[in-house]
Amino acid sequence: MSDHKPANISCDQILGLLTDYLDGQTREEVCREIEQHMSECHNCRVVVDTTRKTISLVHANADTPLSIPEDVRERLFKRLDLDDYLKRQNTQ
Amino acid sequence: MSEADTHEISVDALRAGDRDEFARFVDLYSGPIYRLGLRMLGREQDAEDVLQNTFLKVLQHIGEFEGRSSLSTWIYRIAANEALMIVRRLHPEVSLGDQENEENDGFTPVQIVDWGALPEDKLLSGEAKKFLDRAIQSLPETLRVVFILRDIEGLSIKETSAALNLTETNVKTRLLRARLNLREKLSEYYGEHFPRELDNE
Repeated sequence: MSDHKPANISCDQILGLLTDYLDGQTREEVCREIEQHMSECHNCRVVVDTTRKTISLVHANADTPLSIPEDVRERLFKRLDLDDYLKRQNTQ
Repeated sequence: MSEADTHEISVDALRAGDRDEFARFVDLYSGPIYRLGLRMLGREQDAEDVLQNTFLKVLQHIGEFEGRSSLSTWIYRIAANEALMIVRRLHPEVSLGDQENEENDGFTPVQIVDWGALPEDKLLSGEAKKFLDRAIQSLPETLRVVFILRDIEGLSIKETSAALNLTETNVKTRLLRARLNLREKLSEYYGEHFPRELDNE
């Protein structure tokens, strides 16, 4: 929480509060101020909505398997002198 | 990957040189670290260097790990440093300093295209995904590393700031710039590719 209650939020202030707002870290009354501003300011509403959507697309796109290629794993384990572990795993 | 995922790893066993525990740790973290390297550097060979160097450093320094940060934050810190070292080597002209007085200037949104309600199959078509990957890849390194740790690997602001040795304010500023930069590029992309659909919004 890095904000205080603004009397009247400007478009520039919306940008400054955006990271906390999108991460759910703004106080309730500040959220209300932001939402009030967005209901009256088309540009800010579009910027906030599309920034939120950008993050959700990044999450959806990054949701790929976290495993590494098998040859990369093998070289890594050899480099770390963990060949035994690999051999044991392969014989199980 | 966040702190909670490493709770099952025993730091004491790692410190004591337990090879099986170390192998489990490597398997748990090799995916995220390799992905971090790929996202930061864009080349498989460089990502593999980051991966190997990171775990070699873990082996060398696990005895010095004091547990002031989580094991997860610690390994991300090592990996991010390894990736940034390669960036410095490949692009010595790039400044990676901690500019505490960074402002939000230069990132005023220009594109006001309301593409958020486009259907998912258009937003994440094969081509759109590739565009998004390239857009992330084209972020300046100082923003990209923050963005990857926070928005791709899911570290908190606090964990990201600890991993990169930046203040939380600095992390938030860089994150905002990265997010707005990507938003701008995606707005242009969707505006160009789906003008009819967006006219009907």
